[in-house]
Amino acid sequence: MTPKLDNRVSDARNSGTRRSFLYLIHRNMSVSLGAGLLIFIGLTALFAPLLFTVDPTTLNPIARLRAPSREVWFGSDMYGRDIYSRTVYGCQVSLMVGLSVATLSVGIGLVIGLVAGYLRWLDAIVMRIMDGIMAIPGILLAIALLALAGASLGTVILAITVPEIPRVVRLVRGVVLGIREEPYIEAAISLGTRTPKLLVRHVLPNIVAPLIVQGTYVCASAIILEAILSFLGAGIPPETPSWGNIMAEGRTYFQIAPWIIFFPGLYLAITVLGVNVLGDGLRDTLDPRLARRF
Amino acid sequence: MLAFIARRLFATVPVMAVVALFVFLLLHLSPGDPATVIAGDYASPADIARIRAQLGLDQPLYIQFTTWVGQLLHGDLGVSIFSNLPVTQLIQQRIEPTLALALFTLTLSILVAVPLGVLAAWKAGSWIDRLVMAFSVLGFSTPVFVLGYGLIYIFSLKLGLFPVQGFTSISDGLWPFIHRLILPSLTLSAIFIALFARITRASVLDILEEDYIRTARAKGLTNRTVLMRHALRNAAVPIVTVIGIGFALLIGGVVVTESVFNIPGLGRLTVDAVLRRDYPVIQGIILVFSATYVLVNLIIDILYVVLDPRIRY
Repeated sequence: MTPKLDNRVSDARNSGTRRSFLYLIHRNMSVSLGAGLLIFIGLTALFAPLLFTVDPTTLNPIARLRAPSREVWFGSDMYGRDIYSRTVYGCQVSLMVGLSVATLSVGIGLVIGLVAGYLRWLDAIVMRIMDGIMAIPGILLAIALLALAGASLGTVILAITVPEIPRVVRLVRGVVLGIREEPYIEAAISLGTRTPKLLVRHVLPNIVAPLIVQGTYVCASAIILEAILSFLGAGIPPETPSWGNIMAEGRTYFQIAPWIIFFPGLYLAITVLGVNVLGDGLRDTLDPRLARRF
Repeated sequence: MLAFIARRLFATVPVMAVVALFVFLLLHLSPGDPATVIAGDYASPADIARIRAQLGLDQPLYIQFTTWVGQLLHGDLGVSIFSNLPVTQLIQQRIEPTLALALFTLTLSILVAVPLGVLAAWKAGSWIDRLVMAFSVLGFSTPVFVLGYGLIYIFSLKLGLFPVQGFTSISDGLWPFIHRLILPSLTLSAIFIALFARITRASVLDILEEDYIRTARAKGLTNRTVLMRHALRNAAVPIVTVIGIGFALLIGGVVVTESVFNIPGLGRLTVDAVLRRDYPVIQGIILVFSATYVLVNLIIDILYVVLDPRIRY
């Protein structure tokens, strides 16, 4: 291991500063590109009423299925509703779902993972349950939960959170298992540090970086999953303009009015791309060990 | 080897038990009376009482669970509330399109992604590498239905090369069968090509740093032999692992793709069952998909030992 590492270090030195400088730029470029795309979507969501939008639910039977033009930027749907306004308001739903699911599943997963990684006797039980949940495909689990609980913004967020939790738990537990044998943990224990304090002061800081990275991926997959659920008719109630709902309504009219699906789809792809690129950049910056592997 | 397989087989029991318990509780922990939920919004009290008796809901919970598991072990997944057909029969009717789509997609993804990943690793840092990686980020980020409708728009509506939607059984001829599968599989494979290409690149890149690769080059082997015989073979283990993980993604993707392309498979069955609140069907499909997932990962674990004789359990 050591000779290989030395090789690489000297290689980097020999190739001069230019290369490592380019690497640094490249790394920060994906962070700024991802953050830029997300800021754009975030501002759109925040200032939706000010962005020349009309009420996204207003019906206008005269202006049905208009193609995109100077007046109706993204066209209109079969009820004459403005696709631009609906898409812009859809940003709010998607970001809300993405951020809530990421926060909730990281929070819950962190607690379960810390406890499971640290308390041996609980570990086996918790991990069997997590294995079981992971064996159920996430979409099906979310669909089943929604079929029971009924669909609303809150239940959709919860239904997407449940299948994401085991992935966070596994990550946290893995890190905890890795560091609990470290000398500084041993030292802390022998100094009489209590378990809760030990977890928060010494174990937690090691998990923050991978958790942030995992959080971005959870966020991206939650946004996609929400759109899928709405698209299938199992998600957010159809009155709410979410991207999945707009696309679901456009299905029947796809051959004559493809813009109904195109524009929300484009926004969805941009948002998910932004989150993923940001996640990749953060992973490379925060956790160089992981960066080498991908 | 046999002992390992037996042990590994045994390890799937708790996982499936948790899945079964979860699926069972899904219906029974729901707010309100399951019989009322099943009967729907327009049921009379007599309907509800009939369903309650039919499902044995008047029994204690643990008896219901053991009876239910007993039926499962005999291959009885219950009866659909909507069509009154056995769930196993419904699943059998719909399995061909789903299986075809899944296998076609996996084959296509592996055939495209592995060479791309090897190429990217071989030319690491070059524009080919960057292009492959950029495409892989795009592949990850493009939602299945967006790509699906995009492909339909370009290749079916504008160019008229493929049928817009639908599925033809393999018994109606091989070409019509493949012809209709091409667009859905392309759609679904984007994310897998991205995933597999990344992993292949990463693991080949790791292997290329090994001493035995330098030895292989030093003894004058051609690039091709070094890559194929030495690098790719050793990189196979992580690639196979990811195919196992990707299988869960595949199931989710199948549900969406079938909706976009109007393919009458298990995904459509799921969506229809949810819209009709046909709980026995939902439960049955979840169980079948989860069991398949567990089985695939079991096979992959066994494959490890075949692929890499250094791994001993």
